[in-house]
Amino acid sequence: MSLGGRFAGRQGLAVVGAEPVGPYTLLRLERGQLEPGIPGQFFMLEAPGRVLPRPMSLCQAPPGELAFLIDPIGPGTRALCELKAGRTVLVLGPLGNGFDLDLERPLLVAGGIGIAPMPYLAEALSHPPAVLGFRTERHAEAARLLPGATVVVEPRLVTDVLPHDPGDVLACGPEPMLEAVRALVPRAQLAWEAPMACGFGACYGCVVEIAGRYRRLCVDGPVLRDAA
Amino acid sequence: MKVPILNASGCLDALTAPGVATQLDAFVTKTVTPLAREGNPPPRIAETETGMLNSIGLQNPGLDAFARENLPQLAELGVPLWVSVGGFSAGDYAGICERLDGEESVTVFELNLSCPNVEEAPETAAELVAAARDVTTKPIYAKLSPATWDIAESARAVADAGADGLSLVNTIRGLALDSSTRRSRLARGPGGYSGPGLRPIALACVHACAKAVDLPIVGMGGVSSTADARDVVAAGASAVALGTVLFADPMAPGRIRVELESAETTSMALSGRDIHGLTRSSRFRDVLSTN
Repeated sequence: MSLGGRFAGRQGLAVVGAEPVGPYTLLRLERGQLEPGIPGQFFMLEAPGRVLPRPMSLCQAPPGELAFLIDPIGPGTRALCELKAGRTVLVLGPLGNGFDLDLERPLLVAGGIGIAPMPYLAEALSHPPAVLGFRTERHAEAARLLPGATVVVEPRLVTDVLPHDPGDVLACGPEPMLEAVRALVPRAQLAWEAPMACGFGACYGCVVEIAGRYRRLCVDGPVLRDAA
Repeated sequence: MKVPILNASGCLDALTAPGVATQLDAFVTKTVTPLAREGNPPPRIAETETGMLNSIGLQNPGLDAFARENLPQLAELGVPLWVSVGGFSAGDYAGICERLDGEESVTVFELNLSCPNVEEAPETAAELVAAARDVTTKPIYAKLSPATWDIAESARAVADAGADGLSLVNTIRGLALDSSTRRSRLARGPGGYSGPGLRPIALACVHACAKAVDLPIVGMGGVSSTADARDVVAAGASAVALGTVLFADPMAPGRIRVELESAETTSMALSGRDIHGLTRSSRFRDVLSTN
């Protein structure tokens, strides 16, 4: 069906496995008939036992699978991380606007769980350089999903190690990191995050302020460029 | 007889999800106010164990932009169109109804008399209905709050003021706290509670109003399945609206179907009153003529 001007499918997908990656979990699902979409797009995953699904950007798209990196920060994400192989979860997507991939010198920048869309993005861009920042060494274990990346752990920040001429920056991470990246690289493509009820423009729950107006991140984002 | 399925206002954008809207027997718009509203600051939503809270604050482009830009696109969907009308005074409600009264694509005005996330108009629900009644001949449905001591009394009052039907119920005000900070999870504090936890409250309201007034009722509040929809009809609703379930399952309108067999119709003596504004749908002309 057409949702937010793009085609999205909805299907129950079988769990292939759930693997720990540092404090996160890589949830691998059979792909079914769903398209992996453009890097930076997201899917709504049924959270077992919860009222609302959870938005997750695609982390990896190996043949026949869709994989999502999940940070167990609440009851819904915990339920997703605890899924066992063979269980089926309803998945809707791909949704929203992904990254613009027509770039000359891409540089990936991610902080914490913001690494989630980067492996799939790196594949689409033929593995460009990447800078990753994490809160702790344990969180930094997730860097193994993006071999070859420059990794910093707090108190060092990704903005401390950005090259002088960073090129075309594609970033995902916590809001303060995105704000800092934008201050240094105004043209950067930034993937934002917000709580969402629906993911397709119905609820107006995920708004972010852009140029003094509240815009729905699910249909106007989650990747935004030149946001005021 | 098939029971009409609508969306609850604010739970679907027919322009971002046209394939969902066209599965409905009528599409109810997000509430339109006289002037554009940016809505409340985020975070605006919070899930709870048995439902969700929202504090959107009637974000909408305002009457002029709605009439100029949205309405022509909505009319093209070919689904009967109900416009949810909001405001902060009787003049606001009347002004919107008067302005849109001549729009052929608008089949019903649903007056949002009960948004829990904005300041209320000083007039009573009945006074707001009366003000709208004065300026339009289109059917008027009054959407009432469940947060009232005697909703049957409200129903009688809006019926006397000229309402043609009732939409029951809106969300009820609730509060969710962050487990570590003990502060509200919504920027503005409380929000409107919806979802499965609202269902028994909605059911009681539909039942009370169906007994109190001789008006058709669109029942809503936590309906997630065909069984839930059948309960709402059994309580006295003539149509069912889907709200929070649409967020989790945009396929819900195709999945939730209620057929009233003739034997059932007699056991559901209170339901089966004709819902207004569905006669543009040939599917429904057939349905309603058998009623």
